[in-house]
Amino acid sequence: MLAYIGRRLLATLPVMAVVAVFVFSMLRLTPGDPASIIAGAAATSQDIVEIRQKLGLDRPIVSQFFIWLGHVLSGDFGESFFYKKQVAELIADRVGPTLSLATLTMALSIVISVPLGVVAAYRQGTWLDRIVMGFSVLGFSVPVFVIGYALIYVFSIRLNWLPVQGYQPLSEGFGGFVQRLILPSLALSVIYIALIARITRTSVLEVLGEDYIRTARAKGLTNRVVLMRHALRNAAVPIVTVIGLGIALLIGGVVVTESVFSIPGLGRLTVDAVLARDYPTVQAVILLFSLAYVLINLLVDVAYPLLDPRIRY
Amino acid sequence: MLNLRSCKLALLTTTAALFATLAMVSAEAQTTLRVVKHSDLKIVDPIWTTAYITRDHGYMIYDTLFATDANNQIKPQMVEKFDLSADKLTYTFTLRGGLLWHDGKPVTAEDCVASIKRWGAKDAMGQKMMSFVKDMPVVDAGTFKIVLSAPTGLVLTALGKPSSAVPFMMPKRVAETSPNEQISDYTGSGPFVFRKDDWKPGDKAVYVKFDKYKPRAEPPSGLAGGKVAKVDRVEWKVVADQQTAVNALIAGEIDFIEQPSHDLLPILRNDGNIKLVDWNPLGNQYAFRFNTTAKPFDNVKIRQALLYAFNQQDFLQATIGDKQYYKVCKALFVCGTPLASDKGMDGLLESNFAKAQALLKEGGYDGTPIVLMHSTDLQVLTNLAPVAKSLMEKAGFKVDMQSMDWQTVVARRAKKDPPAQGGWHAFITSWVSADILNPVSTAFLNSSCDKALFGWPCDTQIEKLRDDFARETDPARHKAIAEAVQVRWTQYPTHIHLGQWYQPGASRKNVDGYVVAPASVFWNISKTGK
Repeated sequence: MLAYIGRRLLATLPVMAVVAVFVFSMLRLTPGDPASIIAGAAATSQDIVEIRQKLGLDRPIVSQFFIWLGHVLSGDFGESFFYKKQVAELIADRVGPTLSLATLTMALSIVISVPLGVVAAYRQGTWLDRIVMGFSVLGFSVPVFVIGYALIYVFSIRLNWLPVQGYQPLSEGFGGFVQRLILPSLALSVIYIALIARITRTSVLEVLGEDYIRTARAKGLTNRVVLMRHALRNAAVPIVTVIGLGIALLIGGVVVTESVFSIPGLGRLTVDAVLARDYPTVQAVILLFSLAYVLINLLVDVAYPLLDPRIRY
Repeated sequence: MLNLRSCKLALLTTTAALFATLAMVSAEAQTTLRVVKHSDLKIVDPIWTTAYITRDHGYMIYDTLFATDANNQIKPQMVEKFDLSADKLTYTFTLRGGLLWHDGKPVTAEDCVASIKRWGAKDAMGQKMMSFVKDMPVVDAGTFKIVLSAPTGLVLTALGKPSSAVPFMMPKRVAETSPNEQISDYTGSGPFVFRKDDWKPGDKAVYVKFDKYKPRAEPPSGLAGGKVAKVDRVEWKVVADQQTAVNALIAGEIDFIEQPSHDLLPILRNDGNIKLVDWNPLGNQYAFRFNTTAKPFDNVKIRQALLYAFNQQDFLQATIGDKQYYKVCKALFVCGTPLASDKGMDGLLESNFAKAQALLKEGGYDGTPIVLMHSTDLQVLTNLAPVAKSLMEKAGFKVDMQSMDWQTVVARRAKKDPPAQGGWHAFITSWVSADILNPVSTAFLNSSCDKALFGWPCDTQIEKLRDDFARETDPARHKAIAEAVQVRWTQYPTHIHLGQWYQPGASRKNVDGYVVAPASVFWNISKTGK
């Protein structure tokens, strides 16, 4: 297993290299010029040329790439064109909100969706199953921002229970931290609840027809034990795969959710940086997201043998 | 013994309660104004960039020697008194006593001279003013002179200009930073102090009241008068989504939205806790910019055809919609201001397509498609280009309208490549009216060829008139020169103004004292309750 993990970690290096080249090239091919944006509306062509020189954007693209790569390899992601802050510092400021939002979203999704999926499978064909599957279709169909606005209208504007927007770090109080994360997490988790509940139902349904389930029932085990210990555990591999994919997909979801709820996280940083053509920031954030994606996939793969001893690497 | 213990306990409890009460009173006394500005504060050097958000940041933490009041008159601000020599060649400025930087050191004449030099090297109007300046000797700690090579009426107008780039005063050590480098020391002498450590780009910028600021005695008027900070702290919150900002205002989480989009105004108007604030009655002006270096717009006849083809009403109705928030105005230098005039505008901007077609024929238009850049992501601009396209096609133009985000427009407009190879013919933008009140400050009128703003118009007559305006010291003559510029502009159009529009702010009703000015500023504002 350790050798496998080592091999997989080594395999991330070429992946990251390809991502680095791709992101760098795409950004340079995208129309837009950070120097013009920085200079403002009343800047002359000369002002723009001077800023471009200052940012090193007048050098050949290949030269720019190797300078950037050299810095990245030494752990320096450079300085944001706009904020004049180190990109690493900007990212460090934004990781907390995104991580909190993602963690709470996935926790909510798993806690709600897995039992729903198991119950729907156990009660296949009943009204309960139909409600869960109906909710699942709805969850897939309604965009995150619509759910977000609806939640804000009900819980913030009409009932005045929760704040409309913003983020409060955990260090400034647990109450405020959770209060500000409930609505965005709920909005973002709907689609994952729908997805995971559906996969859980299908997976558990497949397992419920197996011989070992019949044997477990014949031994006189309760339904709860049969479902939780025998059915769910054997159905776990596809569920874990979908959860892993879900975490990776969250990267896209947080961009919208962070905008709707005004959370200063990595999603918003990415959007702002792309719109402003802040190359160093976009490059660093996308590299970080790619690394996270690769590592999540690795974790999912590592989890398989733990859930199903028949799987060996 | 028991009594003694009881007394000690009672004393301790009372003391603790007293401290707790004091702490609560102190906490309650802290008033924080939470504001959603029009954009995120990214760059904090108001000389280095002309971005409006950075200008507004400048007004928070810096002060100016002069300022424009509510009647568009230039008034002394940091300056106590000034005089002009009989030969009109030497200004002597004396600073008010007691002015301090945020680090506690006194503001000196040396600081001001260094600040003027940095601004004068960067700002277009500053450069114009500096072209008349022979020397700026420091007389003593509180007095300096500006010695001119020729008389000009531009000195006070430039030093008191209200919008980008504003000549903000900085400590000498900061002002000595090259104008092409961003400053990293944010020490000002304005009514608020920038809390650098609390600045979270993309989240918030924080300012606290500068207790030692010495405001002028006069009441605030425009950007002049007493700048009294009446709240302890101002937070500029970044809420990128307009609907979320409106929801947060309704819920009382924020106090003021500087620029709510026009389609959300009915919601705000109907909420009993919210009022709309007309903080900038001068408003803004739309402008259609030509690339005068690209065929066919290198031909004045073709450009003049558009002066006849366009009408402002169509543009304003399509974008702003509510007549309460727009005005059809033919005056190039903004209706309701001293230099406003309709001279030379008869028959123009009235969609006279027959005349436009005749001019196209006269100019020999060969059917070259006009590459019109269409900005799609800024609501106040999005609907303008389709209107332009429609009117241009009615006049006989072929139009290749290319949709893109605003930042792409910004990058592409700087390119001089042929329009078919990544260049451009035209785009539409908007100016804050305060930036275009006279021929010198109106950047689109700069017709100095390669040195002009993108579009690069090249006309010696306009440039001569702008120079005349700069040299003139008599306000009555200023008006005559401005009218002459406007007439010349109809013969050599550098751009076309497409009407004025207004952007109210939205505020909670418990917040009062908004200053009416071209920039949104936060002195004089008080807040009651939470």
